[in-house]
Amino acid sequence: MKLYCLSGHPTLPCNILKFKSTTIMLDCGLDMTSTLNFLPLPLVQSPRLCNLPGWSLKDGNAFLDKELKECSGHVFVDSVPEFCLPETELIDLSTVDVILISNYHCMMALPYITEHTGFTGTVYATEPTVQIGRLLMEELVNFIERVPKAQSASLWKNKDIQRLLPSPLKDAVEVSTWRRCYTMQEVNSALSKIQLVGYSQKIELFGAVQVTPLSSGYALGSSNWIIQSHYEKVSYVSGSSLLTTHPQPMDQASLKNSDVLVLTGLTQIPTANPDGMVGEFCSNLALTVRNGGNVLVPCYPSGVIYDLLECLYQYIDSAGLSSVPFYFISPVANSSLEFSQIFAEWLCHNKQSKVYLPEPPFPHAELIQTNKLKHYPSIHGDFSNDFRQPCVVFTGHPSLRFGDVVHFMELWGKSSLNTVIFTEPDFSYLEALAPYQPLAMKCIYCPIDTRLNFIQVSKLLKEVQPLHVVCPEQYTQPPPAQSHRMDLMVDCQPPPMAYRRAEVLALPFKRRYEKIEIMPELADSLVPMEIKPGISLATVSAVLHTKDNKHVLQPPPRPAQPTSSKKRKRVSEDVPDCKVLKPLLSGSIPVEQFVQTLEKHGFSDIKVEDTAKGHIVLLQEAETLIQIEEDSTHIICDNDEMLRVRLRDLVLKFLQKF
Amino acid sequence: MDPECSRLLPALCAVLADPSQAVADDTCLEKLLDWFKTVTEAGSSLLLLQENPCLVDLLSHVLDLKPQDVSPRVLSFSLCLAGTFAAQEDCFEYLQQGQLLLGLFGEAGPLSWAAWSVPTVRSGWIRGLRSLAQHPSGLHFLGNSGAVDALFSLQGDSSLFVASAASQLLVHVLALSMQAAPQVTQALNVLTTTFGRCHSPWTEVLWGQLSPLVAHLLESDPIPAAHSLVDLLLSVARSPVFASADCGLWETMARMLSCLSPTQAGSLALGILKLQHCPQALRSQAFRVLLQPLVCILRATTQAPGPPGLLDETSAGSSMMVDTLLSSKSACVGLLCQTLAHLEELQPLPQRPSPWPQTLLVEAAVIILQLCDGSAVPSSSEGGRLCGALAGCSRVQRAALDFLGTLSQGISSRELMPQVFAVLLETLESPASSPMVLKKAFQATLRWLLDLPSPSSCLDLGPHAPLFLRELFPVLQKRLCSPCWEVRDSALEFLTHLTACWGGEADFREALLASEVPKLTWQLLRDPESYVRASAVTAMGQLSSQGLEAVSESPGHPEVQQGLIGELLHILSMDSEGFPRRAVVRVFTEWLRDSHADVARDTEWFVATVLQMVSQDLDWEVRAQGLELVRVFLVQTLGQPNPHCPYAVTLPKVTPPGPLPEVLRTLCQLQIIDFAFRALFDCDRPVAQKACDLLLFLREKTAPCSGLQEPGNSSDVTSVEATLHRWQAGEQSQPLGNLEPEELLAALRSLDLEGFQGRLAESSDHVEKSPQSLLQDMLATVAVLEENVADCY
Repeated sequence: MKLYCLSGHPTLPCNILKFKSTTIMLDCGLDMTSTLNFLPLPLVQSPRLCNLPGWSLKDGNAFLDKELKECSGHVFVDSVPEFCLPETELIDLSTVDVILISNYHCMMALPYITEHTGFTGTVYATEPTVQIGRLLMEELVNFIERVPKAQSASLWKNKDIQRLLPSPLKDAVEVSTWRRCYTMQEVNSALSKIQLVGYSQKIELFGAVQVTPLSSGYALGSSNWIIQSHYEKVSYVSGSSLLTTHPQPMDQASLKNSDVLVLTGLTQIPTANPDGMVGEFCSNLALTVRNGGNVLVPCYPSGVIYDLLECLYQYIDSAGLSSVPFYFISPVANSSLEFSQIFAEWLCHNKQSKVYLPEPPFPHAELIQTNKLKHYPSIHGDFSNDFRQPCVVFTGHPSLRFGDVVHFMELWGKSSLNTVIFTEPDFSYLEALAPYQPLAMKCIYCPIDTRLNFIQVSKLLKEVQPLHVVCPEQYTQPPPAQSHRMDLMVDCQPPPMAYRRAEVLALPFKRRYEKIEIMPELADSLVPMEIKPGISLATVSAVLHTKDNKHVLQPPPRPAQPTSSKKRKRVSEDVPDCKVLKPLLSGSIPVEQFVQTLEKHGFSDIKVEDTAKGHIVLLQEAETLIQIEEDSTHIICDNDEMLRVRLRDLVLKFLQKF
Repeated sequence: MDPECSRLLPALCAVLADPSQAVADDTCLEKLLDWFKTVTEAGSSLLLLQENPCLVDLLSHVLDLKPQDVSPRVLSFSLCLAGTFAAQEDCFEYLQQGQLLLGLFGEAGPLSWAAWSVPTVRSGWIRGLRSLAQHPSGLHFLGNSGAVDALFSLQGDSSLFVASAASQLLVHVLALSMQAAPQVTQALNVLTTTFGRCHSPWTEVLWGQLSPLVAHLLESDPIPAAHSLVDLLLSVARSPVFASADCGLWETMARMLSCLSPTQAGSLALGILKLQHCPQALRSQAFRVLLQPLVCILRATTQAPGPPGLLDETSAGSSMMVDTLLSSKSACVGLLCQTLAHLEELQPLPQRPSPWPQTLLVEAAVIILQLCDGSAVPSSSEGGRLCGALAGCSRVQRAALDFLGTLSQGISSRELMPQVFAVLLETLESPASSPMVLKKAFQATLRWLLDLPSPSSCLDLGPHAPLFLRELFPVLQKRLCSPCWEVRDSALEFLTHLTACWGGEADFREALLASEVPKLTWQLLRDPESYVRASAVTAMGQLSSQGLEAVSESPGHPEVQQGLIGELLHILSMDSEGFPRRAVVRVFTEWLRDSHADVARDTEWFVATVLQMVSQDLDWEVRAQGLELVRVFLVQTLGQPNPHCPYAVTLPKVTPPGPLPEVLRTLCQLQIIDFAFRALFDCDRPVAQKACDLLLFLREKTAPCSGLQEPGNSSDVTSVEATLHRWQAGEQSQPLGNLEPEELLAALRSLDLEGFQGRLAESSDHVEKSPQSLLQDMLATVAVLEENVADCY
């Protein structure tokens, strides 16, 4: 059993598990932090961004000044943003049989895998995962395609040149494999390969293994996966949450008794408590708006935004913000808000029960109805007519490199009355803000990450007790910024096995058993014999039939009879020759009684010698030797077949046949 | 038993049981007892009783007799005899079946009889119990029958024999209990009470017998019932009997300090340090024990070794401490919370150790808070583990903040002020701080700010404050916007207190006015949570008193134009909850007292408007507070109440603004009189009381001023009186109308205000406590019972 690790990002995993005869890809996350190295794509011409100076080497050489621009001491690539793909060289991706998706954030690299590697398998995911994943991809493609950029910089990627660049460009990994965003066509084609599954549904893969998605509590339709054969069980835990937010709660019990547990997708901010952060978010939002400023919340179009809107729903009246407009701007804003209301069966119990009243499960429906929350596909069109300040705007993309958020950063960045509040934990907010410096706008960082923290992980592991834990190397040591916090790492016995990008792990566990079925008629013919009290044995003679990784013992064919029928003949050709069965023997030979028996049968002059392994009975007269050992008996006589058969029969008298 | 004896026994028992036949000589009875003792020692008491039922008959007969008929001698004998039999557990059970033992030794038995006054009976009672207390069932019996309490009182018995026997029995009970581990605690608790309550010299003897047993307990590992043992030792040590005597107590305590686990040693150490008299060496040892957890924390987290003396001294035993601290999260949290609470308790006491290591304590509190909020960067692996154990632990945070708050008063903590303020700010700022932690952090901050060394010049808050304030107000702003109402509330309270103390300081005024805080506070007057509204009212009142209310010209807030007074009047008239309304009247009273500019502009209008609203209010506290406002107004108009003490310094009299009739007329016009009279008949007693006091004050102030005509025509007063009577009867619809000053004075004089005052001063349950009420209750109960009977059939 091997694990191929294609991504080094602990929350955007992409691993391949080789288990029995199957090759299973676990998630295909796309590392988008690479886009932080690029200049933002403004929706509206930005003179500031256009006029940034080109970057030149220390010696004044300016051959890169078309590709690289400088802003407040940072250097950015002026090009279509590119993403860092999972490793494609480690294993032939066309051999992947299935891809299991655990949540919509972990499928963003799917089109790169399914469309460009010769992949012919099936992708499994839950319905909300697919639908919301589609929205995220659609938004991403839309954000990038609507701002066409002629230039695609490649010079800087040259290894020799990259070495000369300032950090962080210098340290960017695998830049040669960075790719531009996929197209909508590729997205559609990739999504068409997905087969929908429900929680606890058992999916047979080639008869070899069974995979089952379990609720993971993190997002709508998010799942952990169990991959098991008859005697082995691997759990794949990715992006799980024990907090009570909108999704169905996490199913922990089904993870019990795993041989291996692959643990990914823990919280990226282990020291922050989501509750405190939500409070922080609300306070800062109110403070800004009360002072007449605007609030910008860069966010994904689904996920935490639902919870934030719910908190605000309860908060705005009490904070006297009822008259402040809330805008949600995304090409998929409408679909996201509506989808969230129709996936009732994937929601937590509270929200599910609302559907029966019937009421919309999320209160943002009411916010929309009362015109407190308005949504628009983009800043163009209706929005520009309705736009009132001060206001609160939720919009993407959290990297601040593309999407409508770029416009608001440019628009509001100059006033210290305004605030940008970062709630998505995927991007470093300082890096995200770098191309907007100098910035007068206030910046508040309250990352809300509901995924498991280390205390919850250690409780979970105690509860489910896997034999081995495999996790990204980042989880096996405290975070670099808090190296003394020994509590901020996975702590279990035996210690977890760590993986890193482009590594192949041999999982420490051997398969020892295989399940084989016996056909009923064959089972009927068995006659067990009790060998020891409580232990019965029966011999089985059968044909082992293996198809689709299922093994069946079938009755042996009758001894071949000469027949003229062609058909029969063909059958007998298929079946191996079957010899006449000899009985099996068991038991031991008591030497003294054996000697007495020999004497009764007229042998005399018998000598017994003890050896290391048993006894040798010497029939001196007959020049014959009987070697009796624990697991064998040999009769050695000089070409006297009659004598051998006589002696053999005497020996057999002491043994049981079956 | 001898068959002959068996034959004689019934007759003897009959004689003993017959009160008319006195037994002349009690030595015979003693001998008889001795004989029974030998018989029971030789064989089964149960068998003996079963074979000779006359014995049990005798015992029950004694109980059946009229108490006055029982001969003390026979009674004493019977008690001893019963104890002798009950010494065997099976026989004990046998006697218990008939409740015989409870009858003899229980509270309803001889204990309550007249014969109890005879020492022989008391002695017999003790001896009986002494024989009986041989087995666990016997011990339980002692505990359950209430006998132990009686024993305690007997220790101070007038008869020396009885007292001594009682003590011996107690020691015996203890010794017996010590054999059974679970009962050690119970025995220790009993003894703790003994030493706590009884300070007679004999307790010293008792201790003399006990101390070897205690020493024996200390040898076990772990020490059984350590908590109770600590209580016992402290109880002994607090007893004045041991103040001067050296009886090994201090050695025992010292030994115990060193062998108890850190958690248990803490409470012993605190107890020792609170003792009035105690050897210095033991005090030092106890203080070291108490400081040890903090010293360990400091060691594990700081590079600098800190002040040398204490750290070195406390190194012994610190490995055990570190082990405890690191063994588990809960152990660490428990020990730290306990230590902090102990030190907090010790801090204000006069007998606290000296020198008091203020610097070390402040440092430790700061480090602990940093460990909790994750900002500490420890130097050792132990520190790292502490960090893990304490990170985000709000329980420790709360304890440390409380402790840090009490440390504000030390002189030596000056140099640590920047660190303290930094950690407080960090806690106030951190999104992870829970509402409770924030409240404590606000309280601690307030204490440190108010205890800032403010030298003679009032305009200088010292070097730290302005810097701190600059950072504090943005945090306060954020907290005023918190979605959690508790946080908004604590922030407002903090603001109120801080403004009250510092409102005059230039630095403070500048920082406050530069921030959004006044504006936000104003907005919180409309908060959906009533507590917050109330706090906002108080805070705005305070800000306004100091001239610090928001000078906002923002067009978005029309209410600002209307002025704060308008906004507060709006709350007083419209708010559905009592708290904000009470707060408003309290603020108004303060404003009136301080002659707030808005009030002084037209005081009469102000008072009239407020009273109009207050008199309609359903909340009695609002009405009571309204009367307070009236009192302030009257004092301002009529002058201070006359001093009742003949030697008091008489203040120069405030001359009323006009002639008295005019003043009284104004009072009537402002409806003050109407309000006060109505309040006199208020259904809520405090309101009525206050009104009564107010009217008395008014009468007193108007009496000497006899420039007014005595009312010639009494019919006017009659009509007033009639109205008042109707009011008293609950019909308050009719107004009093505008009274002439003469009428008012007459009404005041005709009312028995002193009588009112007396009736109102009686507690509200005086009716329930009267015998009449008791009789009524009993009759009512009977009636209910009859009713129930009727219902059943």
